[in-house]
Amino acid sequence: MAYTTFIPSEFRVVIDKDACIQCGRCAQQCGWNVYTFDEVEKRPVPDHSKCAACHRCVTFCPGGAISIKKNDLAFKHSDSMSPDLIKAIWKQAETGGVQLTGMGNDRPYLRIFDHLLLDACQVTNPSIDPLREPMEMRTFLGRKPDFLDVAADGPTDGNGVSPTASGTLRLLTELDRQLQLETPIMFGGMSYGSVSLNVHRSLAMAATELGTFMNTGEGGMHADLEPYQDHIIVQCASGRFGVDSSYLQAGAAVEIKIGQGAKPGIGGHLPGEKIDYEVSVTRMIPQGTDALSPAPHHDIYSIEDLRQLIYALKEATGYKPISVKIACVHNVAAIASGVVRAGADIIYLDGFRGGTGASPTVIRDHVGIPVEIAIATVDQRLRDEGIRNRASIVAAGGIRQSADVAKAIALGADACAIGTAALVAMGCHVCQKCHTGCCSWGICTQRPELTRRLDPEWGASQVVNLVHAWTHELAEVLGALGVNAIESLRGSRERLRGLGLDKMTLDILGVKPAGL
Amino acid sequence: MIGQGQEERAAAPDSAVVRNVPTGPARKGPTGIEPARITAGQPGTTRGTASRKGARVVIDGKGVYYKTLNEQIREEIERGATEVVLDNIIGQRYIGTGLAFPGVTVTVNGVPGNDLAAFMNGPTLVVNENAQDGVANTMNSGLVVIKGDAGDVLGYGMRGGSVYVRGNVGYRVGIHMKAFENRQPLIVVGGHARDFLGEYMAGGEIVVLGLGPSGGPVVGSYVGTGMHAGVMYIRGAVDEHQLGKEVRATEPTETDQARIRDIVADYCRVMGMAPEEVLQEPFVKIYPYTSRPYGRRYVY
Repeated sequence: MAYTTFIPSEFRVVIDKDACIQCGRCAQQCGWNVYTFDEVEKRPVPDHSKCAACHRCVTFCPGGAISIKKNDLAFKHSDSMSPDLIKAIWKQAETGGVQLTGMGNDRPYLRIFDHLLLDACQVTNPSIDPLREPMEMRTFLGRKPDFLDVAADGPTDGNGVSPTASGTLRLLTELDRQLQLETPIMFGGMSYGSVSLNVHRSLAMAATELGTFMNTGEGGMHADLEPYQDHIIVQCASGRFGVDSSYLQAGAAVEIKIGQGAKPGIGGHLPGEKIDYEVSVTRMIPQGTDALSPAPHHDIYSIEDLRQLIYALKEATGYKPISVKIACVHNVAAIASGVVRAGADIIYLDGFRGGTGASPTVIRDHVGIPVEIAIATVDQRLRDEGIRNRASIVAAGGIRQSADVAKAIALGADACAIGTAALVAMGCHVCQKCHTGCCSWGICTQRPELTRRLDPEWGASQVVNLVHAWTHELAEVLGALGVNAIESLRGSRERLRGLGLDKMTLDILGVKPAGL
Repeated sequence: MIGQGQEERAAAPDSAVVRNVPTGPARKGPTGIEPARITAGQPGTTRGTASRKGARVVIDGKGVYYKTLNEQIREEIERGATEVVLDNIIGQRYIGTGLAFPGVTVTVNGVPGNDLAAFMNGPTLVVNENAQDGVANTMNSGLVVIKGDAGDVLGYGMRGGSVYVRGNVGYRVGIHMKAFENRQPLIVVGGHARDFLGEYMAGGEIVVLGLGPSGGPVVGSYVGTGMHAGVMYIRGAVDEHQLGKEVRATEPTETDQARIRDIVADYCRVMGMAPEEVLQEPFVKIYPYTSRPYGRRYVY
C-alpha cells in the first residue's frame, strides 16, 4: 500500500474562467509553484496542495479572476482530535521530522491586550487636544543613574548647593549612553538570511527616517546598511554570526539574544539552502553550510557569565548601551531581575505570541507566556527591588496595533518593538510559511527572483507610514488620557481597567477591573 | 617578534612607565553591586598627551580597576606605543578586549581575568603566566600567546587569528569557531584539553599536542559534537567513545601532515621549543562527516 500522502490541501485555488485573460502572470508570481500554465489550452492549472494563501496571484491577476478558498473537507467532528492535529500526525508519520512553522503563536489563547481598556478624561482634568497641543513622544532607552552628583559654581552651602540664584549647577555624574527614540516604537530583530536584504534595507531606512531603531537580528549587518548604522541595533547571539569588532562598533547599541518569543528555549537554525553568497559574506560563514545558533550561549551558564559578556561588549564598544533579549517564560520577573543586575541597559521582553522566526510548532504553540503578563511582573519586580532605573523595558511579541503599544507602556514598558506588523506593512500576508524560503512577497526568502519584488524605498515608506499613523494614534490616546507625554503614561496602570479577566490575572497585571 | 629581546628593550631610552595611584575602595551604588563610574579627574586615571610613537610603555596594574586599566592601554596605543607591558596584573578582566590595533604587542605579567582578547582585532597579546576563562571570545585577528594554562571556553566563536597555549586548557574550547574566506582561526594547545572541544565548530583548526605531565587522555569526551566544518589534529590517541556523533577520526593525509608541520613549527618558534620532538608522535585527524548535521531533522 503506498499513498503519496493522506494530507488534503489546505486551500483551493478557484479561477473564474470568464475573467481569466490567460496572461500567465499567476504562474509567474507564485513562489510556491502552484501554477503550471497549460500552453495548449492557454490556461493556468493550479496544484492546490502547494497553495499557502499568500494572495500574491490574487493581487497581481489583471482580470481579478483568482480567489483562494479554504478547502472545507468535512472531517468527523471531534473537539479533541481536530483536523489540524490529524494532518500534523499524518505529516510526521510520513516524514519522522519535527514540524516547523513561522509567524508566531496562532492558537486561541486569551489575548490580554484585548481585555484591557484605557481611561479617558471627562469634564474635570479635561482631555488634551492633540491637534493643537504638542505631544512629547520622545523616549530614551538605557540605564538611568541611581543618584545625581551636582556641583555648584560660586559660593555654596554645606551641601554643595549654591544658595544664590546666580550660582549655576553642573552635573558631575557621568550619564550612561542612551538610545533616543522619536516614537516609542522600534523594530524587532529579524536576521538577514531569514528575511531578505531588501527587508533589512527597508527597515534601516524607515528607522532612520522615523528616528527610531531597527535590529539586525543575529545574522550580521550587510555593508549596504552602513549609512543607517546610527539607527541600527546589532545583535550578538550564540552563533556569533557576522560579529566582529567593526560590527559591534557600527551599531548604536548591541543586543545579546538569549531567547525569542517565537521559540523560547530554542536556538536558530538557518538551513544551508538559504546561505547564498551575500548571506555567507554577511554572516561570515561558508555558503551552503547550516548556520547553527544553539539555544544556550555556551559561555553563559549564570547571571555572572551574562554580566561578563555584557561588559565584554561594553569594553569592545566604548560603553554603548547593551540590550538583553529574553523570551517571556514562567519566571520572567526573576530572570529579568538577574539580567538587569548583570548590567543590561535595556531588557527586551519577547512574548509568546510574537515571532517572525521559523520555529518548531510544538514550541511556538505551547511554550512561553504572554508579553502583557511579563511587562507587568517585570516592571513590578524591578520597582520592588529598587532597580527599575537601571534598565529600560522594551516589550515585543504580539504588538499588533497602536492600542497595544499604549497598553504595554501603561503596564510598564518604555517602548515597544514590532516585527510582524512591519512585515505586514511591506506585503506579508501572515501565511506562516516563513521557514520554506518560497515567500512570494520577497520578504522571507533569498531567491533573487523573489527578493527583487520588494523595493526597499517603497518598503520603507510603507513602514514609515504605519509608524507615523500609530504615533498619531498614540497622541490621540494620550490626549484622551489628559497627558501630553508618553512618559506620563509609562507604568500608569491606574489608567487601565480589565474586562473579563479573572482576579488572579488582574492582581498579577496590577490592574483594577472595569467599574472600580 | 614574540618572546625575544624583551630584556634588552626594557632598558631602551624611549621607555615610559605609567605609575598608577591605587584607586582605593571604589564608591558603590546604593545596592552595592557595582562601583560608580570613574569620572575624569578621579585618582586612578592617568591622562597625557606626549607622543609614545614606537615606544614601549609599562603600566603598573596593581590595584587598578579593569576599566581604568583598559582605558590606559588603549590611550597609550592611540598615542603611538607599539609595545605595552602590564605588570602586577591580578584578575583584571577584558584585557585586550575589542582592541583593534595591528602591529601592537601587549604583554601581561601576572594572571589576567576572564574574556582576555575578546573581539580582539589585530594585536599580539602575550600572557607570561596562566589565563582564565573566555580567552579570545569571538576574536577576529591577531595572536594570543599563553605561556601557562588557560581556562574554559577559549576561542568561542573565534573567526580569525591564532591562540597558542603552552599548558592545558579547560572545557568547551574552540566551540562555534568559524572560518570564512581568508579568516581562518587556529588554536594550538600544548597540553591537554577537556570535554566538548570544538563543539559546533564551523571552521578553522584546533591542534592539541598533549605535552607535559599526563593527566589522562589528551582530549576529553564529546570532541566535535555538532561540528560541521573545520578540522582538529590531536597528537596521540583518541578513542571512538571520546568523539561526538558528528565527527570521525582518521590518519592525516600528506597535505594534513604538511599543515601540521607548519603549525607546530610556528608554535615552537613562539614558545621556544624544538619542533622535531613534538613531531615524533603521530597525529589523529578529526573531521565532520557532513556540513549539514541536522538537515533531516525538520519537515516543512
